[in-house]
Amino acid sequence: MSNEGTTAGKFQMTPFNMVAGVIVILGVIVTILRFTGGLGAVTNLTDYNPWGIWIGFDLLVGVALSAGGFVTSAAVYIFGLKKYHSAVRPAILTAFLGYALVVLALHYDVGRPWRLPYPFIVQQGTSSVLFEVGACVALYLTVLFIEWSPTAMEWLGLKKIRGIVIKLTLLLTIFGVILSTLHQSSLGALFLIAPSKLHPLWYSKYIPIYFFVSAVIAGLSMVIFESTLSHRYFHDKMDETHLAESRGVTLGFGKAAAYTLAGYFLLKVIGVAADNDWHYLATGYGAWFLVELLGFIALPCFVYAVGVREKNTTLIRWAAAWTVLGIILNRFNISLIAFNYHLPASERYFPHWMEVVISVFIVTLGLVLFRFIATRMPIFYEAAGYDDAH
Amino acid sequence: MDIYTLQDFFTFTKGVIYILVIITLIGLAGFWRFLTERDED
Repeated sequence: MSNEGTTAGKFQMTPFNMVAGVIVILGVIVTILRFTGGLGAVTNLTDYNPWGIWIGFDLLVGVALSAGGFVTSAAVYIFGLKKYHSAVRPAILTAFLGYALVVLALHYDVGRPWRLPYPFIVQQGTSSVLFEVGACVALYLTVLFIEWSPTAMEWLGLKKIRGIVIKLTLLLTIFGVILSTLHQSSLGALFLIAPSKLHPLWYSKYIPIYFFVSAVIAGLSMVIFESTLSHRYFHDKMDETHLAESRGVTLGFGKAAAYTLAGYFLLKVIGVAADNDWHYLATGYGAWFLVELLGFIALPCFVYAVGVREKNTTLIRWAAAWTVLGIILNRFNISLIAFNYHLPASERYFPHWMEVVISVFIVTLGLVLFRFIATRMPIFYEAAGYDDAH
Repeated sequence: MDIYTLQDFFTFTKGVIYILVIITLIGLAGFWRFLTERDED
């Protein structure tokens, strides 16, 4: 993802630009097929499997990995950990793009996307968990847009209105934390309705708590992971403050991630005990559950802890990448692999290649938008004349 | 343990959870120490 490919708006044939270009062309073609031929033309979704990777990956993983926005802004503006201030803008941008792309992906997944506003204007369905998720995501996307907007205003030179938005920072942060707590957990609560479909090792009455705690872990890990990539590709865009605070951010967030992972691991074990599911551990699904529990929760927890003790940021960065993979695996397990586990193989879901194309297309859009914004707007540095605290 | 009734089930599972919670509390305190003992004040 060379930075040179975007200089002064001139398009250059870098490897990233070429690969992204091919993916975007393929994505546009499949998008046309999706919206002209319907879901059946491009997906393997059925009545048994109405949620595929557009929900399992684009939505569940997208929302979890976008948690860095509320985690970082809460740390800085609510808990007063100002030493992590330089991490706020990249985290808010990642979260804003993440949620925006989640909503975009939802347009592909629902049968009649033009009815997405219906829950708010036609019927409220207030007893539905899905309504709460929809309401929170819509509101939080708005909050993230307002939180991100000072960056664009500084770029556009809108000093006066930017000053007004900056004054709302604490209010927006509190609102963001409340909305995130609600919908991150409610995404897990959606599965409470399906005790007979989700394998007992993943089904638990604690699943909303698991989703929320794992989202905090995902947020912390994504901040470190995104920082690692940004240091590689946008190093020249970073000011001295950002570069100086980077090591502290990695160590601090690594410590928080290690401790939260330890708590998450113990909560998962308590969940198995609460439903007396120990005997399932000796089955094939049990082995897969242990791979997730030991390989993608306990192992990164240990690697994070050693990295924090040894002050080894390289180790922490590897742990962050591994944890992000673990969160993806967890959401895949719950929504796809351990879901409908009792169905015969012929009825199980496997994504159509065009579903994968759309998911890759949406991730690529996120990367292209992140690069467009990060190379033009003050994400990794304080804009001249705007060096007041925000 | 043989489980025949809902009460048997909860007696058994709650008993295991109480033990796990004690391990959790001690374990997390120890883990915090492991994480922070080399920190500079």
